[in-house]
Amino acid sequence: MRCSSLLLLTILACLPLRLPSQEAPIVVGSKNFTEGYVLGEIMAQLLEDRGHVVERRFGLAGTLVAFQALRAGEIDLYAEYSGTISEVILQTQAELGHQALAEALLPFGLEPLAPFGFDNTYAIAVTATLAQRLDLERVSDLRDHPALRLGFSHEFRDRADGWPGLKRAYGLPQDSSGIEHGLAYRALIEQEIDVTDAYSTDGELLRYDLQILTDDRSFFPAYMAMPLVRQGLRPEAKAVLETLAGHLDESAIRQLNAEVVVSGRSFADVAARFLTDRGLSTAAPRARARLGSSLVRNTLVHLKLTGTALLAATLAGLSLALAVYRSPTFSKTVLYTAGLLQTVPSIALLALLIPFVGVGQVPAIIALFLYSLLPIVRNTITALITIDPLLRRVATALGMTQAQRLKTIYLPLALPHVLAGIRLAAVVSIGTATLAAFIGAGGLGEPIVTGLALNDTRLILQGAIPAALLAIAVELCFEALERVLIPAHLVTRNAVA
Amino acid sequence: MSGIIELHDVGKRYGTTEVLTSLNMTFEPSTTTAIVGASGSGKSTLLQIINGLIRPERGRVAVFGQPLPLHDLYRLRRRIGYAVQGTALFPHLSIRHNISLMGNIERWETDRLTARTHQLMELMDLDAELADRYPHQVSGGQQQRAGICRAMYLQPEILLLDEPFSGVDTLTTREIHTRFLHLLEVEPTTVVLVTHDIHEALTLASELVILREGQVEQRGATTTVLAAPVNTYVENLLGKDDAV
Repeated sequence: MRCSSLLLLTILACLPLRLPSQEAPIVVGSKNFTEGYVLGEIMAQLLEDRGHVVERRFGLAGTLVAFQALRAGEIDLYAEYSGTISEVILQTQAELGHQALAEALLPFGLEPLAPFGFDNTYAIAVTATLAQRLDLERVSDLRDHPALRLGFSHEFRDRADGWPGLKRAYGLPQDSSGIEHGLAYRALIEQEIDVTDAYSTDGELLRYDLQILTDDRSFFPAYMAMPLVRQGLRPEAKAVLETLAGHLDESAIRQLNAEVVVSGRSFADVAARFLTDRGLSTAAPRARARLGSSLVRNTLVHLKLTGTALLAATLAGLSLALAVYRSPTFSKTVLYTAGLLQTVPSIALLALLIPFVGVGQVPAIIALFLYSLLPIVRNTITALITIDPLLRRVATALGMTQAQRLKTIYLPLALPHVLAGIRLAAVVSIGTATLAAFIGAGGLGEPIVTGLALNDTRLILQGAIPAALLAIAVELCFEALERVLIPAHLVTRNAVA
Repeated sequence: MSGIIELHDVGKRYGTTEVLTSLNMTFEPSTTTAIVGASGSGKSTLLQIINGLIRPERGRVAVFGQPLPLHDLYRLRRRIGYAVQGTALFPHLSIRHNISLMGNIERWETDRLTARTHQLMELMDLDAELADRYPHQVSGGQQQRAGICRAMYLQPEILLLDEPFSGVDTLTTREIHTRFLHLLEVEPTTVVLVTHDIHEALTLASELVILREGQVEQRGATTTVLAAPVNTYVENLLGKDDAV
């Protein structure tokens, strides 16, 4: 049985990440916020338009994940901002020009392409009505109105390049209060606050008819958006992406963001319309029937992630349980450790693994493996130590060796609980594996992550429904397995705990 | 000393409770000895010392002339049958596989397994059609018979029985006794039977050992002990169980 498990493990590990194609696809990544998706989709469609095969790995959880994915070659490119590259990646306070950035990124094997043409930096926003009434145009105009109520996001109030620096640079007399960024615009409209911080390209600015005050002392660092690519990317592909340079200014990207967030159009649709309008793509906006193939691909990746992790956890869990079950001290130690792992939130565990194994499928499988261990180890140990002592005594008294007792008596008696543990681990894994999309591992979490970023229920369901069906299918498979392996009178329906 | 089982000055305690105190006992081959005593008199412990399940703190134990503990106790145990109260059949194995368990462990050929299983089931009067049922699907009496078959499978030279016939109605017990005696005629062995049922002791055993708080109170031929109890404890024990 162990042999066939290993074989299956090997087969699963060899499953292709991508459906076969004649040319290795260019993997386009994106971070998990609206503008990230829009830029990702524009770059992907432009490349497709010029005949490149593209795979989308969107919704990566933040700069570090996206950057690691790029360095590891899990993705070939994504849209990044100059300020973010300087501060988060290069960890320098200095504002670097494009040439300096390119030089600094060289050792990483990365290359910034020509900027799209807009600066998505922090901005100070007021309602258009208020701006008109008080004649506000520039940030320095705020000085003349000390009674204005300033409500800023908590992050903005904490950052040196946020409120404290701004107040000093402009000599602003007001104090500020903290407010959740998500609530700030509504608070402005309802006149609970007068001024708040925003991102200069935020589509919501259009929805709420807000006006941005000019940063007349150039206090905010530049966050010029650009494609960040691996140096190894085909020169033709780089050339294609460079044609985007200068085509997107603040108002253009703000408009695109608003079309997604306010009008509820899809990224693909918005990107296609943009490319056509700018004459960058000749093809008319096409409704691509990608649902089927992406569903199959996502499901296969999902099965690979959970299957590999589960098989490894089953082998490791059983071995571990068998090694320790006769010692109460060791059993407890193992159970507590496995239990401790279970308390680490999945996203945190994935993030903790990044420095060691990077991003993509490997950390996802490791995390799923660790989560699967507890139910398997605990159920196996519990089943083994709760076997009727009289049965143990007789098994020993009849003259069976330890190995024979384990094989013939103990393991078969423990099997219902062991299977229940593996079954629980499998179902939980299928759920948890959806989070793996945050670190670029793909799977059914991909549409969920995108849907979450967009608040798009339809997209969320495209991942959630197959995942739920998969969980049910796995339940049914395990039930069938139980019927085959366990005599009916020994099947414990509630042996899950 | 020339017994098949020899205990010399054997003592065993659990925590502060002394279960066996300086026990000296020899069992002769091909005899059936009944060990009778109240609960906690150390009967079960005595059996488990003989097959090496429990290690005494004090004294010497020798089985088949070999001092215990041995390096490979499991080999010794295959020469010693063991059956207990409640039968302890393995619930995941059919009656057939419970009975033939040790033959399977010894990797016997299928023909030999079938023949031996059939033979024992017939000797213990177990219907062949019960073979494929699971333990919970047969009666208590049938389970007890299967337990005996399992213990006798490898034709052990010693058979240890720990109240294996208790818990069923008197009529069934008598039938099982009859079949068991018949089995012993066909396959004689040294039997050490722990029981609290004096009837059972009288029916099955030629020797009687009265155990009291870890020590031998009286030992002798069954009829002798019954005719001449050494003290009121023995008298009460025999009389009380007689009345049950």
